[in-house]
Formats: sequence, C-alpha cells, structure tokens
Amino acid sequence: MNGGGQALAAPQFAPAPRLPLATVVVAIILLGAAAAWIWPPLQRWPAEWAIPFRDWVTQAFVWFSAAAKPVTRALSWLLSWPLWLSEALLFRGFPALNLPPLPWVAIVGGTAILGHWAGGRRLAIFCGLSAFYLAIFGLWQDAMQTLSIVLVTVPLAAALGLALGLWATRNARVERVLNSVFDVMQATPHMAYLGPVVILFGFGQVPAMLATFGFALPPMARCTILGLRTVPQDVIEAGRMAGCTPRQLLWKVEIPAAEKTLMLGLNQVVMQTLAMVVIASLVGASGLGQKLLFSLQQLQIGKAVEQGVAITLIAIVLDRLTQAYMRKVPEHSAPKTGFIVRHPHISLFLLLLAASGAAAGFFHAFAVLPKELTLSYGGPINSAVRWVSKELFPYIKPLRDWLTVWLMLPLRNFYLWLPWPVMLGVLAAIGYHFSGWRLALLPVCLFGFMMLAGFWEPLMLTIYLVTGATILCVLIGIPIGIWAAHSPRAARVTRGVCDTLQTFPSFIYLIPVIMLFQTSDVSNVIAMLAYATVPAIRFTYLGLLRVPAATTEAAVASGATKWQRLRKVELPIAFPEILLGINQTIMMALAMVAITALIGSRDLGQEIYKALPGADTGRGLLAGLGIAFIGITADRLIGAWAMQRKRLLGMA
Amino acid sequence: MTEQPKISCRHLWKVFGSDPAGFLARHAHAPTSENFAAGRHIGAVRDVSFDVYPGEILIVMGLSGSGKSTLIRAITRLNDPTSGEIIFEGKDLLKASSAELIEIRRHKMGMVFQHFGLLPHRTVLSNVAFPLEVRGAAREERDARAREMIRLVGLEGRENYFPRELSGGQQQRVGIARSLAVGPDVWFLDEPFSALDPLIRREMQDEFLRLQKLLRKTIVFITHDFDEAIRLGDRIGIMKDGKLVQLATPEVMVSSPADDYVREFTRNAPRDRVLTVGSIALPVPAPLNGVNILASAKIGEAAPIVLASEKPIAVIDAEGRSIGAIDRAAMIRALYPEERT
Repeated sequence: MNGGGQALAAPQFAPAPRLPLATVVVAIILLGAAAAWIWPPLQRWPAEWAIPFRDWVTQAFVWFSAAAKPVTRALSWLLSWPLWLSEALLFRGFPALNLPPLPWVAIVGGTAILGHWAGGRRLAIFCGLSAFYLAIFGLWQDAMQTLSIVLVTVPLAAALGLALGLWATRNARVERVLNSVFDVMQATPHMAYLGPVVILFGFGQVPAMLATFGFALPPMARCTILGLRTVPQDVIEAGRMAGCTPRQLLWKVEIPAAEKTLMLGLNQVVMQTLAMVVIASLVGASGLGQKLLFSLQQLQIGKAVEQGVAITLIAIVLDRLTQAYMRKVPEHSAPKTGFIVRHPHISLFLLLLAASGAAAGFFHAFAVLPKELTLSYGGPINSAVRWVSKELFPYIKPLRDWLTVWLMLPLRNFYLWLPWPVMLGVLAAIGYHFSGWRLALLPVCLFGFMMLAGFWEPLMLTIYLVTGATILCVLIGIPIGIWAAHSPRAARVTRGVCDTLQTFPSFIYLIPVIMLFQTSDVSNVIAMLAYATVPAIRFTYLGLLRVPAATTEAAVASGATKWQRLRKVELPIAFPEILLGINQTIMMALAMVAITALIGSRDLGQEIYKALPGADTGRGLLAGLGIAFIGITADRLIGAWAMQRKRLLGMA
Repeated sequence: MTEQPKISCRHLWKVFGSDPAGFLARHAHAPTSENFAAGRHIGAVRDVSFDVYPGEILIVMGLSGSGKSTLIRAITRLNDPTSGEIIFEGKDLLKASSAELIEIRRHKMGMVFQHFGLLPHRTVLSNVAFPLEVRGAAREERDARAREMIRLVGLEGRENYFPRELSGGQQQRVGIARSLAVGPDVWFLDEPFSALDPLIRREMQDEFLRLQKLLRKTIVFITHDFDEAIRLGDRIGIMKDGKLVQLATPEVMVSSPADDYVREFTRNAPRDRVLTVGSIALPVPAPLNGVNILASAKIGEAAPIVLASEKPIAVIDAEGRSIGAIDRAAMIRALYPEERT
C-alpha cells in the first residue's frame, strides 16, 4: 500500500539527478569488456562453476513421480473415461454394443447447423465446408481424435479456471498469488509443460490434456476475475435488494451478467487447447498434430499442407463459433409455441441424425467415408514446392544470405561475445532508469540464475533470435500499422489478415518457411516473424487511432504537413501503445522459439525439445523457465518504459 | 404529524477511511470537518437523523458528492453505515443478521436504480419476477404477479422482450415493476429518472405520481434535481457535505430557506406552484363577499383573481372562516421577491 502510494507520488517531486542512460550503458560496456579481457571468467562463466540445478530438478521429479504414482494413475484413469466416450462418439464407435460412431454426414451437417445457430448463414456455410474438408481429404479420423481431446479438455479447463477466478475475486491475497503464477505460466512456452507431464503421466492423450490445462487455465481465470469486476454496480445492488443470498447473487446475477467476458475466456481456452493438442503430439498425442509432425519431419510438404490446413480450419471454426456465440444477442420469441418452432436448430439436427443414422444402416458410405472417395492435393503441392525450391529459391537465397550476413551473424556474434557482467549490468541500468531498484534486481536475478544453471549460451542464442525477429517485426509491422491507421480500406484488409493469422496454431508457420527458406537461422526468424508481427501492426494501428482528434486537428490547423503530423504529433502520442505492441511481439516470438526447434536451432527451444525423449525434466523445465525469464524481463522493462512515457504524456 | 414513523434514522454516520469506527470513537462521535481533513477519513454521511412517515414521499436532494446515494445505501444496508440506528417497524435494521436482512428485502423493501440494474440475460417478465424467484415463489404465482406489475407500469405485450430491446424509459418501467413485485412497504428510488431524456423524465414523473396515488407506499426518493423534488415531494431534505441541511415541505423551504445554500436552490423554484395563498395572506380582516380564496390554493391559481381585483380579497380556511386577506401588492411580492428582480 505504502509503496504504491510513493510510486504514484514520485513524479510530483523533482527526480533525483541521474546520469543519462546512454552514458551509463557505454560505461558498463567499456568497464565490462576491460574486466573480461583481464580476467576471462568475467567473459564467460566457466562450465565447471555451474550449479547442477537441472540434475536436482530431474531427480526431484523422478522422486516425486514415484511418490505421486497412485494419484497420477487415478487421475489418468479418471480422465480416460470422458475421452473414451467422446472418441467412441466421434470416430471409434462402441464395438462392445455393436454401435457405430456418429455418421460423418451428421457431424458435418451438425457443424453447419451449429454455425447457423451461433452466427447465421455465412458461418453455417463456412463451418459445413470446413468439416467437409476434413472428410473429403481423408483426415476424418485424425481430426476427430484431435477434436475429442478438445471436447473433453475445454469444459474441464473452463470449469477449473472459473473456480480459480471466483476464488480470486473473493480473496485479494489469492488474486495476487494467482496473478504472479499466471504470469510465469503464460510466459513459459507450451512445449516446456510437456516434460514434467511426461514424467508424471507418461505418453499419450491424457498427458496432452493435462499439459493443456497449464495454458488454458490462466486466461479463463483472468476473464472470470475481469468479468465479475465489471458487472455494473446497479445490477449487483438490484440483486441484493431483491433479497438474493450470496449464492443466488453469484449464480443468478453476477455470472450471467458477466457472460460476455466469460465467453471470451472460453474462446481463449478453446484456442489454447487446440494449440496445445497439436504440440502435444510430441509426447504421443495422436491426431492431426502427430500426422503433421511426421510429415514435417519427412519433409512431405504436400501432406503437411493438407494437414496444416485442416488444423487451421478447425481452429478458425472453433474461434468463429465461440466468438459468434459471444456476440449472439437473445431474441424474444412469441410465447406459447411448440418445441420445433422454439428450437429449430436442435430439431433439424435430430432429424439429420435420424436420417443419416438410418441411411448409414443401408449404405456404409454415410457412416464412414470410404477411402476411395477421398481426395488429395498433396501431389500438386509437392510439385509446386519442387518448382519453388528450384525456380524461386535462387531468388530467395540472396535475401536469406544477405540477412544472414548483415543482420543475423553480427547479432549472433555480438550476443555470444557479450561478457555476462555487461549483459546483467545493462539490463539492471535500464530497469533502474525506468523504475527503480526492484526492476534493476529482477533481470540480474533471473538471468544470473540461468547463468549459474549453465544455460548462458542457449539463453544468449535465444535472445539473439528474438532480437532479430523483433527488429524485422518492427520494421514491417509499424509501417503497416501506420498505413492501416490512415486508410480505412487498408485497415479492413489488415484486420482480416491479422485475425486469421492469430488463429493459426504456431506449428503451421513452419510449413511455408521450410518451403521457401529451407533450414537456417533465418528460417527460424522468418517463422517467428510470421507469427509475431501481428501485435506490432495491431498496437500501432490502435495507438494511432486513439490519438485525440482535437490534437490532430490542432496540428493540421498549425500547418503541419502529413509527414510532420505523423512524426511530430501522432507517433509520439501513440508511442506507449506501440511499445506495448513490441512487447507482445517479443512474447509471441518467444513462444515460437520452442516450436522452431523442430526445424533445428541451438537455443533454449532446442534444449526443451532435446530433453523430451530422454525424460530429462530438469533440462527441459529450466530451459522453459529461461524462455519465461526472457519474456518476463522484456515485459517488465518495456512496461516500465511505456508507463514512464504515458505518465509524461499525462495518460497514465 | 403524530403518526408512528415507518423508518427513523438516528445519528447515522458513514465514514470512509482505513479505520472508520475507530475514527468516530476517537472523536466522540462528533468529528468536525477539520478532524476529517486531518484524520485522512471522509465523512460521506454525517450525523443524519430523520423520520419517514407512512404514505409520504420523502425526497433527499443534493448535488453529486453530497452523500445522498451513500445515505440511501446506508438505510437499505447495501453499504453498512459506520454508526447510528435505523428503526424499521420497531427494530434496528443495523442489528439485523444477514438472514433477517434478506427476509426483509424479499418482503418489505423495493428499490429502483439510476441505471436500472436490469439483468441483461433475462426477459422483461423474468426480470420482474426475479425477486419472487429468489424468495422461492412457484412459477405460476410469480409469473402471474409479474404480469400484473407489468400491466401496472404499462408494458403489456413486452413481457418477452430483453432489456436491450427497450428504450430507457421502458427499461426504468421494468425496474419500477420489479421493485414493486414483492409488494414492498417501503420504496426506495435512487435517482430513478436522472438517466432519462427531459421529456421522458417528465412523463415518468407523472407515471410515478399516478402509481403513488394508487399504491400509497412510503417512499424515499433521491434526486439531484430541485424541480423534480418540488414536483414530487411531500417533504424535501437537502444534503450538503454529508449533512442534512434542511428537511421541510417544499413551501417552507421556498418561503424560509435555512441557509444560503438552500436559498440558492430555491431561487429559481416555481413559487406560483409551491407557495399557498395562506402563507402569504395578510393578517387583516377582510369582508367576505362573493369572491373568496381558499388558504390551501397555490398562489399561481389565485393570481389572476387577485391581480384583477382593485380591493383585497378574503382568504378562507376549509371551514369557510376568514383568516386574512390578500391584495395585489402582496401577490406581486410573493411572485417576484426582491432578490429576483
């Protein structure tokens, strides 16, 4: 309480005289370089001085997994039942009862009906066609397998997230603890969750579901907290005055009134679950993700594209369905009408189910689409890829090589040379400059820990890749954002592209990158780029949009040219917002680090990936934490910078 | 009035700060403004006492920040007051357990909110039936009662609409119907018409007066609009800085404001519709003749007759006895007091 008050009060007084940041940084670099030259351990922390944290963690996990075996076994057993049921319904059938699964015709039709119910005709067509794609290209069983994990995990994760969120709204201390835990959980890449889960639960579908929780819970809990906080006071008071008990108030007033925000949380849960299910193929979760992984590893690009498109379609369908439901407003219906009139969608689906069930009895093709009837466009894609690598690669290669020589190699050499005291010192100086001692200490502790644990080189290589990707993202994203802010048509197009790009599971980005750039550091950076440019664009656009009209008009009235207006008025005001966009970009680039390990790298992502098959929990977990630490450090430093700018502009 | 009050507030305090109760105790339950400034506490409601009598409309008027919303929330215990007593039906509401409080709210209190407080996911019918639903009424019973209330506020045919499909005025009608559904003894209205357009506001005020003629509830009505207070209130209490500055009928308030703050409000009051002839009659005997004026008549109604007459006109009470007279000069003085000319 006191600290907060002081922090708020601080700008009121003249700040203590400080050396300019640039001077301090230069001094640290010179001193550090000189010291490292005199005494080499100050350049690189000797490997023999490393503290074996990773072995300790691994041993602890081995011990813990043995101790927790009864619990983990019971949990796996419990979770396997709903999974069995949904798999049986969707594609396995019930052999014991001699019952077939739901006919594919019914599921395709049902998806379309669901789309119509949630969002109208256009969504219905999109949903129906997407489901049909899965069937006609012979991906049905894999897709249904992926879907069944999603169907079981989402309700569980949503319920658990809701419960956590409710707990946090009732107890301020719980909220504080959860918030910091969620920060770390969300900054840790998906893949790092897989290691511990494998140790505890083994390989397969159930561990995949459990790993999903780590990513799906925080957004749900956060949306719950936010949703309940923003229920209008009048509504809550009306509920209390109506004589609600606390329980009635929660279930009949607060939760229904917060429905929109809760649905946003559910949307996040669905998307995170799908993303995780795909990645969880690394620990043996079968389904589309696994098939895609195999195709990528065998460089069967045609197949990979087919499967990638399928995953993307599932993601977009789930995203649009939950979003449409979120926007859906209740319509009043005429009273006293029959079931069919009141529930046309359910009725239609039941009819379709009965009809397709009956038809499936006579013609097997209605139950399961026979292989002869499926299509494939993998062949043409393969020849296209061959053509691209033959015809286009000669043109792309110079770009790749140019980037390698002029951006990637210098950056890499710089980070690898950087003596550790310089790195820690500069980060501490930045933290101190923008906030104070606590922020100066944070990066020193986090990065210092990674160094002691013997992860300095992969840490630096990760920072190098992320820096490279961020530089390119900023160079590409900010101009696009500026363009979109000044042209409504550009804004429409950009928004559509951004929305779609963000629904893609991160895996997908690897496909075109391998096609075009083959494997190299530049490919990794390009994959991050495709994934992480969106926030740079979006925040620039939003920041510029939020510049008050009166300010812009004043600039125009003062005779500023378009360019002067942008440079001297709009960009400075939008700057804090743009900073937050860059922050998001870094976060997403970091999330991609673990994924790009699949196409080869030497960074922390690779450490996680290598640790998986050997069940080297400590190595994978610490590497994952390392990525989270980079994320947290970047987030806090940039956040403090943005805050300082905002305060200067009087916008805080 | 010798009648038993329906609600009595006694020395009600609501203090905000880190230790409200301790703060009050340290200053012997009578902190001054200086104490508040020095003690880092805020007195939102300061030593407020008043009675509300059955069937009357008591208006609490004040500008934003005067503590009127805090006061009504203290009385309804939406926010517990720091100290004081609220006697409702012979018992101190502040001593009621939360279970008792829920019972009281389910049967004896109704409240209307400035921003309506409707549940967005429920239809009009379901919103109005909500208080009955939470107290456990059967579906048929609560629906029948809710339909009756909807008819009462003139929203028949909209039972299955959702709040967002209604205009602001209609939404507040739903809020009113809901607050009346339990058949409350006391009706609280917290700036019910402030969020509405002026024309609709006027219409809703008429609607409110019509309902009150029908229902005769005991009403505590909060507003920041002095015209509204004058139009609707039997008595008006004016609040400033958490204190009740004056509590009186509109007429007394206009004719003898307690201080400059109240006078500032009454300056532009429609005197012709507030003051009665009796209050400005001169205590001189006047012969009763063909034309006499009732003492309870508003001066606006009497003005045409008085101004048209050369001679003073007798003022009579309800029994027809002369209690004085009124002439042109007195009428003009009353309509246009010096400070306004």
